[in-house]
Amino acid sequence: MQDLIWLLPTFPLLGFLALVLTGGSLPRKIVAVIGAGSVGLSFLSAALIAAQFLASGEDYFVKEVWVWMAIGEFTPGFNFYLDGLSLVMMLIITGVGFLIHLYSTGFMVDDPAYSRFFAYMNLFVAAMLMLVLGDNLVLLYLGWEGVGLCSYLLIGFWYENPDNGYAARKAFVVTRVGDTAMAIGLFLLFTQLGTLNIQDMLGAAQQQWAMGSPLAIAAALLLLGGAVGKSAQLPLQTWLPDAMVGPTPISALIHAATMVTAGVYLVARTHVLFELAPTVQMLVAFVGLATLLMAGFTAMTQRDIKRILAYSTISQIGYMFLALGAGAWSAAVFHLMTHAFFKALLFLAAGTVILSLHHEHDIFKMGGKRKQLPVAFWSFIIGSAALAALPFTSGFYSKDEILLAALAVEGPGLLLWIGGVIGAFFTGIYSFRLVFVVFFGDSKAHHEAKEEASLSMAVPLIVLMVLALLGGWIQVPLDAVFSQGAGHEEEHVSLLVHGFMIAAPLMGIGISYLFYMSKVFDVDKLMTNRVANSLHRFWFSGWGMDALYQWIFVNPFLYLARINRSDLIDGFYALLVSITRTAHLMLARTQTGYLGWYALSMAAGLVVIITLGVML
Amino acid sequence: MQSIPIEHGLILAGILFALGLVGVLTRRNIVFVLMSLEVMLNASGLAFVVASARWGHADGQVMFLMILTLAAAEVAVGLGLIIQMYRKFKTVDIDVLSEMKG
Repeated sequence: MQDLIWLLPTFPLLGFLALVLTGGSLPRKIVAVIGAGSVGLSFLSAALIAAQFLASGEDYFVKEVWVWMAIGEFTPGFNFYLDGLSLVMMLIITGVGFLIHLYSTGFMVDDPAYSRFFAYMNLFVAAMLMLVLGDNLVLLYLGWEGVGLCSYLLIGFWYENPDNGYAARKAFVVTRVGDTAMAIGLFLLFTQLGTLNIQDMLGAAQQQWAMGSPLAIAAALLLLGGAVGKSAQLPLQTWLPDAMVGPTPISALIHAATMVTAGVYLVARTHVLFELAPTVQMLVAFVGLATLLMAGFTAMTQRDIKRILAYSTISQIGYMFLALGAGAWSAAVFHLMTHAFFKALLFLAAGTVILSLHHEHDIFKMGGKRKQLPVAFWSFIIGSAALAALPFTSGFYSKDEILLAALAVEGPGLLLWIGGVIGAFFTGIYSFRLVFVVFFGDSKAHHEAKEEASLSMAVPLIVLMVLALLGGWIQVPLDAVFSQGAGHEEEHVSLLVHGFMIAAPLMGIGISYLFYMSKVFDVDKLMTNRVANSLHRFWFSGWGMDALYQWIFVNPFLYLARINRSDLIDGFYALLVSITRTAHLMLARTQTGYLGWYALSMAAGLVVIITLGVML
Repeated sequence: MQSIPIEHGLILAGILFALGLVGVLTRRNIVFVLMSLEVMLNASGLAFVVASARWGHADGQVMFLMILTLAAAEVAVGLGLIIQMYRKFKTVDIDVLSEMKG
């Protein structure tokens, strides 16, 4: 069965081909069966392979399928590498992916481009599996760009609206900045270490590069660039909130559960390089910390239900980066898994709310919906509890591990821990602000809300609810992967530390309650304060990053482009065009349509020719 | 028998050809244009005949017979087109029908 690991990306790829080649001519039932079924088959084989792999007790397993290209010694192939890390990733991708596909069969049912949607989704799953299962960086890069392409296609899925196309291009271009850094990193690794096979490369790096050598730092920095772009961390986080214009299942699958965590996977996969470059690893921690705080502030001020969730995704991936920087590799992957569960749950529930309220996104136009939307309500309660890391939910265990690991970091450990706890406090505020505003309070009557939850939409929500609650007890089999990582022996931390970590989100929820439920504090009154108002505007715009980039990059580029338009070479071609056009217009004037005129010009021409013939 | 000098025949053919050409260029009624074309054709036919008489050679007369058939065929097609044109546009003025402008 393990030999059949190549089936995993093949099923969705075949589904994609079937849907693309039929070009939307299949009936919806069959499209749904192909679209969701291919990922379901992929999940079944992943589960069987995982069971067999875990039973075998081996540390890793390699299946070479075929050589992609052979250039001398350099022979990257479609070779699949299975160990604890790729096992967890593959189960998340196929499992959560299948649930979201199932949900989409109900969610997208009224969309005219039903078939195209599932074609892109299947291609995405195939590319993502390629990314996590590839044993060499070339195959990983193929998957990396494949998911980027699918992300672009699906953000701009409703392409009739030009704004969506703009958001799609923005996502593509911004992540491209990171991808370019990553490609340069791959070139560097290949020229220095002579191989792109991940395990060989890591082994060679350990032998050839000293701790903190410049080459190791450069390689780790470049890979971090790629990870930062894909995972929407500072300073390349601006694309993710805009990516929310895509269909909601896309936000759940690509922009919350799987693709955006590819950066975390990359860093965890090449963690040896980061251990060789401790300064870069520390940078990873601080990037994560800065991102999680920034996104936390921003999430508190947003009004669009999906943008709140998008900023919370950025913030949670910030936690994962914090864990990576602290050397707690398995804690990062553990949080990646629990985050995939509860964030997929939250997004799908948000999709149900949006669909039931006729595509209303503004949370302040909702309100009092807990009776009308019971499934979405309970999804949000459980998902937000896990997001805020309330005790005994899945998010609690993973965030707990991350914060303890951050505290154990030598040097700035306490700073990282305090930042993380403040972030947890904000998480409590913004996640339950959403719940209180949408589901409690006065019902805004102008929405005739009837819950749109067919069976195919309710079942994934219920499964994800269970996973979000109980996912914390799943044991991730990562010990063999990160064996030489920082030893995380059980340190005894004081009860005070634990008390703070449990109290922070609860305090956040309390503040949220006082503002949005009991109305002890009035938000509107707060807004009349000038300082508070300008802070709110600043946070609402995502710390002005979009405006900053517009000012630093876009405007100078446009200015250069305008200058460049009137250069010498363009002038030459413009002249050529105008000469041709003038000649054309003059000749066209002779085309009068009068028969006599034509006959006259023929006769005149003949006279000229004969005269010439006689005279010469 | 005194034969007509070739210059006279050719001058006559030239005059006829010029008359026909002027007709083609100035007339607006397409029927007259077609008639002027016939005059031009026959002018060239006359030149052929005169030349063949001068050199006592039959080729010119063969050529004239060919021009004759050609003209007959041309008139048949041309008149047919003119009738269709008249039915469709209710006019035979070619300047009115100047729709194909550049």
